[in-house]
Amino acid sequence: MTLDMSYEAVMGRKNEIMKKAIGIDYTGFESGGISFDYERMMKEAGYSLEEIQNIQGETGVGNTPLLEMKNITALARKYAPKGKGARIFVKDEAANPSGSFKARRAATAVYHAKKHGYKGVIAATSGNYGAAVASQAAMHGLECIIIQECYDSRMIGQPEILEKQRACEAYGAEVVQLTVGPELFYTFLCLLEETGYFNASLYTPFGIAGVETLGYEIAQQFRDRIGSDPDAVVVTNAGGGNLTGTARGLIKAKSEGTRIIGASVDLSGLHMASDHDFNRKSFTTGHTGFGIPFATWPDRADVPRNAARPLRYMDRYLLVKQGEVFYMTEALAVLEGLERGPAGNTSLTAAFVLAQEMDMDQTIVVQETEYTGAGKHPMPQISFAKQNGVEVLFGDPDSEVPGKNIVFPDDPGSIKLREFDLEKARRSYIRNSVAKCGVTGEVSAEDVSFLAAETKTDEGFVRSVLADL
Amino acid sequence: MEQARKGDWVQVRQTVLTPEGRAPQVPDDTKKTPLLLWVKGFAQSDGKIGDDITVETMTGRKVTGELCAIDPRYVHDFGDFVPEFLKVDVQLKKLMKGEVAR
Repeated sequence: MTLDMSYEAVMGRKNEIMKKAIGIDYTGFESGGISFDYERMMKEAGYSLEEIQNIQGETGVGNTPLLEMKNITALARKYAPKGKGARIFVKDEAANPSGSFKARRAATAVYHAKKHGYKGVIAATSGNYGAAVASQAAMHGLECIIIQECYDSRMIGQPEILEKQRACEAYGAEVVQLTVGPELFYTFLCLLEETGYFNASLYTPFGIAGVETLGYEIAQQFRDRIGSDPDAVVVTNAGGGNLTGTARGLIKAKSEGTRIIGASVDLSGLHMASDHDFNRKSFTTGHTGFGIPFATWPDRADVPRNAARPLRYMDRYLLVKQGEVFYMTEALAVLEGLERGPAGNTSLTAAFVLAQEMDMDQTIVVQETEYTGAGKHPMPQISFAKQNGVEVLFGDPDSEVPGKNIVFPDDPGSIKLREFDLEKARRSYIRNSVAKCGVTGEVSAEDVSFLAAETKTDEGFVRSVLADL
Repeated sequence: MEQARKGDWVQVRQTVLTPEGRAPQVPDDTKKTPLLLWVKGFAQSDGKIGDDITVETMTGRKVTGELCAIDPRYVHDFGDFVPEFLKVDVQLKKLMKGEVAR
């Protein structure tokens, strides 16, 4: 019998395909209502911190350098009130084998796939994760397919994504490229079904647990060098896995006083699935187009229960502009001698301003950098933006309109932070949970307590939101 | 010219969904376009650009599509020079002149 490969038929087989491709029975963690046992899922379906340190250590992942940004700190102090200007550190994750922190996630996913006898791995990603999975698959001798949303309908590709295609192919992977659209998921399902490969999703328990070592290392390196825990860790936020894993690692290191701050590039107004808008954004990740939808409804991911749940851990969520991040990418190169990014420098940009609010003896960690090169570099990104009709100018970063212009700050002092209202995000998450889980009657006590943990609030807050629905 | 021989490394294109078959949640501008797919592999037969041919991909899959490139080159680079970055660099160096912390 030949399988019906129509869009509707394949989407209809989604649960069955996914179960085979991930090998986790998520129903065992479900309560039947809104809640599921997140911690038990992380424990039983994931790996312990020590196991992950060993898995990553085998392939040279992790233990990246912690660098102090003395010159960027000195620059920040020029704009800070007296006594302010916290010390900024950067965790140089570009030192990982595939050039980004994503190697940590890929290391556990590919190890898991091999251990369970899968012949290959598939990941749907246009970013650093593809290169990370391809690199790990090469190390473990598994086949690898990376699916990218890459081109607009004119077959014009984002330079950064084209570079990722090259990197994946350099590691021996097959790269399947698509035009813009959420139906990428259909192709993804078809390929999983055709090959029987493992779904190396970014959002499995072991994928997220792979990032815990990053948070744990930060705490250890700080205690060794500074003799204290960092006051704040700033995380570039997109799908939420980087933030979730880092925060969990810090908690495992008992660094509970460290504030976890998310930062995204503000791309408001651009539609992520629009053929027209696709090549008018100069960041392919770390932006609000992923950050906000994934924070307010994590289970939109390619697994039934997303292990990345950023609202559980986030203390503040800050937005910066594209032009500001490009400016700080230059600062990292000319003042610190580090050519990195640009997307990973979103958190550096936020840290530069945040430092000005914090005392001089306090510390901030920017917890990632990423490799840079042809395509994935400020020059091709800005040059591409200009070719696509985006105006590049100097001025007030707040006048930047994503897709229309990129405004470089006329002075580092005009780089600002824009607070994303976390209470609004939490309300939106609770609303989405009730709607998506189809709860019509009263929300159970168990679900209220789950929603409080999910939003880092209390039952009183959850009940007040529920009462307003 | 523009002729692939069996065994050449080529790129093929497939139409996954026609504009009529796009998912309902897709924005209007995207809905006017088909969902296209590109993949590379070893040509399983000779063919000209525009012909339907089958390739064997790096993972050993057989995929049939319209031949669109032979030995496809990577087209991304460092782009055109962006003078705005020079202005930023000069500004930063001037601001920090004589104050480098190390």
